[in-house]
Order: sequence, then C-alpha cells, then structure tokens
Amino acid sequence: MGRMESSPPRRVHLDNGGRAPWHPLAREAFLQALDDGWADPRRLHAEGRRAARLVDGAREAVAAVLGARTEEVRFTHSHTAALHRAVLAGAAGRRRAGDRVVVGATERAAVLHAADAAGRRETIPVDRLGRGDAGAFAAAVAGPGVALAALQHANGEVGTLQPVEQVHDAARAAGVPLLVDAGASLGHARVPETWDLLAADPADWGGPSGVGVLAARGRVRLPDVGPEDAEPWAPGGVSVPLAFASAVALESVQADLDAAGARRRELVDRIRAVVAGVPDVEVVGDPENRLPHVVTFSFLYVDGEALVTELDRQGFAVGSGSACTASTLEPSHVLAAMGVLTHGNVRIALDRTTSAEDVERFLAVLPPAVERVRDALGVRGL
Amino acid sequence: MTETVDARGLRCPLPVIRLAARAKELPGGAEISVLATDPAAQHDVPAWARMRGHETVSATESDGVWTLTVRLRRGIPT
Repeated sequence: MGRMESSPPRRVHLDNGGRAPWHPLAREAFLQALDDGWADPRRLHAEGRRAARLVDGAREAVAAVLGARTEEVRFTHSHTAALHRAVLAGAAGRRRAGDRVVVGATERAAVLHAADAAGRRETIPVDRLGRGDAGAFAAAVAGPGVALAALQHANGEVGTLQPVEQVHDAARAAGVPLLVDAGASLGHARVPETWDLLAADPADWGGPSGVGVLAARGRVRLPDVGPEDAEPWAPGGVSVPLAFASAVALESVQADLDAAGARRRELVDRIRAVVAGVPDVEVVGDPENRLPHVVTFSFLYVDGEALVTELDRQGFAVGSGSACTASTLEPSHVLAAMGVLTHGNVRIALDRTTSAEDVERFLAVLPPAVERVRDALGVRGL
Repeated sequence: MTETVDARGLRCPLPVIRLAARAKELPGGAEISVLATDPAAQHDVPAWARMRGHETVSATESDGVWTLTVRLRRGIPT
C-alpha cells in the first residue's frame, strides 16, 4: 500500500455572524420535525394538530428566553422580514401620532430602509466606538410626531452594545414603542426585557436560516400592512421544522450562555491584543460593552478584498465591511457612521465551536498576510 | 498654494495611499487635497488624517467627485 496522504489543513470559519453552523441538537430537532411536523399546522386533523403543537412549543420556548408570553412571539420567514414587518406595522399602528421613525445610525439596512418606507426617518448618530447617544435618542423620541423608535441591542459588525434600557425608559415616557433588534445578540448575550417589539435571527445562534423571530408586547398595535392573510407576520405560514429547530437551538445555547460567552470573550481579548500590535491598525468597537464573540479591525493601506482572499487561500474564512468586498461598492454604513477606517477591514464572529487553537493559528497567519497585501501595493514607509 | 492629488477612478485604498505618498514629500503645515470618486474616500481620508495626526479641513462633493483637504501636522513627518 502507498504512503498515507497528508490531509489538507482544517478550515477555520471565523465569519459566523448571521450564519453559524447548526447546533447539533438543532439538526436532531429538524429531522424529528420532518417526521412529526410535515403537515400543515392550520389543518384540524391529527397530523395538522401535531405540527401545530411543535410550533406552539417552539413559540413557548422562545418566549421563555425573551421574558414574553407565548402569544407575543411569532416566527417569520427571516430576520429581515421580521424587521420589515416590525417597522412597517409598528409605524402604521401609530399613524395618528405621526410618521417619524427614530433609528440608530448603525441599525441594519433592513431597519433603515423600512423606516424610509414607513415615514420620515430620523437617524441618531453614534460615537467612535459605535455607541448611540442615549440623550439624543431620548430627545428625539420626546419630539412631536414620532410613531416608532428602533435601536439594536448590539451591533453585529462591531459588537458594540447599545443603551437599550435607557432609550426604552425615554421611549416609554414619550409613549413611543421601541423596536429592539436582537439579531446579533440573542443566543450570545443576555437580552434585556426592555422592548415593545423585538426581532431575532435563528441563523445567528446556530439555528436554521429561512426563519426569523418577531415578538410584540400585547400592548403594541400591529395592523396588517400587506394583503390579507391568516398569518400576516409570515404570509402562507412558516416551516414547522425550521421553527422547531430554531427554538431547540436557542434553548440549547441558552443553557450554557454565560460559559460560552466568557470563553469567547477571552478569545476575543486575545485577538484584540495581538491585532493591536500590527502596525497601522484600528481595532474598532467598544472594548468593554460589547458582544462576547465579535471583533472587527481595519488595516491602513490594505485592500480588504485582497486580504480576505489571501486569508481564505490559507484556510481562514473572515468577513469584511470594506467597500471592495461588497456587491454595492459602498463601504459598511456602520464603519462609516463610526468615522473609522473602512478599507482593509476584517470582521470576525467566533462560533461556539471555535477553539483557542483555531484562534492561535489565525493570529499566526494574519500579520504576515497583511504584510504581503501591503507589499503588493508598495506602501512601505508611508 | 494647495497641492492636489488626482485619485479619480481609483478604488480604495488607493486614494489614501496616493495621498499619503504625496504628503510624505511635503512640510508640516502644508495643505493637500485629494480628488476621489470612490465612495470610501470620504470616510477613509479623514480616518487616515486622524491616525496620522493631520487635520481634515474640508470635504466637499460635486458631481460624484469628492475633494478632501488635509492640513499636515507640524513636527516629524510620518
């Protein structure tokens, strides 16, 4: 027999924001729900009722994590769809109050675009660390004609946590419902119960894509904004296996949330420390009040696309907010709002399965990769 | 007299690199402008200036062309 083939080095996937590998229990739950929940949950027969029970159980499980009542939690077709509906219906339900929608500058594009579609958008700036000004938010929601406010719990690109409790206090005093986008945080960090509407993303916590979560407190009015449907938050109904697998994944990650968070926080601290030692780099985002698993940095004089490609060639998948890596040719609106360097950007979101060894291997290849990409542009000494 | 670097048509990070290369040859206190069509330049030129201790004195846009002007810091050039 011939010699043993040396296996190619294992890929290290460090781009887990918004799309992480499935949690093993989510996969099991999905397969179980294919057997038990394939029927239409709106039908009255035994098969339909069995599927309906899986969805109801899933809503109950998500509600328990959110600190909500089961009937306040709905599954949607995606996190984006949940954000669209929350903004459009939330604003429509407050039409008599006005048409202004107050949003943070680093909200997801789905929120910004939906706010533009719903009425007049007022955008509250963030500081260099990406944190929204709670005072400016409070003043804006207290102004005339405000229908709705939206503030993310944490930013998924740079990890910075937002002052949602303070802003919710101000919004509540003004009688304005607050949408909290927990799309980057639920399943990774404790999400405060200070919200009127909440959107979340199962694909971000190790559940499936193709399903989202929209929670609305009973006091919030959400009129239909689309064609009539029995399930206006998810026209035609959601996939039972996807909803069920989402909830099982959330329960699973919630069970050791603090331990998984502490472990990843240490790895991120290690990445921040090593990366800060590379010449001409900005490590961006709040170093303390942040998600445990997200870290982002920008290298001066580096082509983001070239760096992502070079790292990929060496077996490491990372994200980037640089214009050259985006289909739009526009840089990340989050980095732009923070006033930090948008080129040469690398975005990392650690998975629960990312090991210390994965991180060390990455940190060994990153500085020479940056140097190679810089040398290709001839920027030595600038 | 303000020096001008024409980086129109170049994509990030080239406008900043061209600007930095020219800035290196100028004394502290000099003003230098860069013309750029890349949308990232409006963010990255001020960020570069901040990282290098220079001052962004103006940023204007007309017909898709950004004109970003920086005053170089006095002292040891970087």
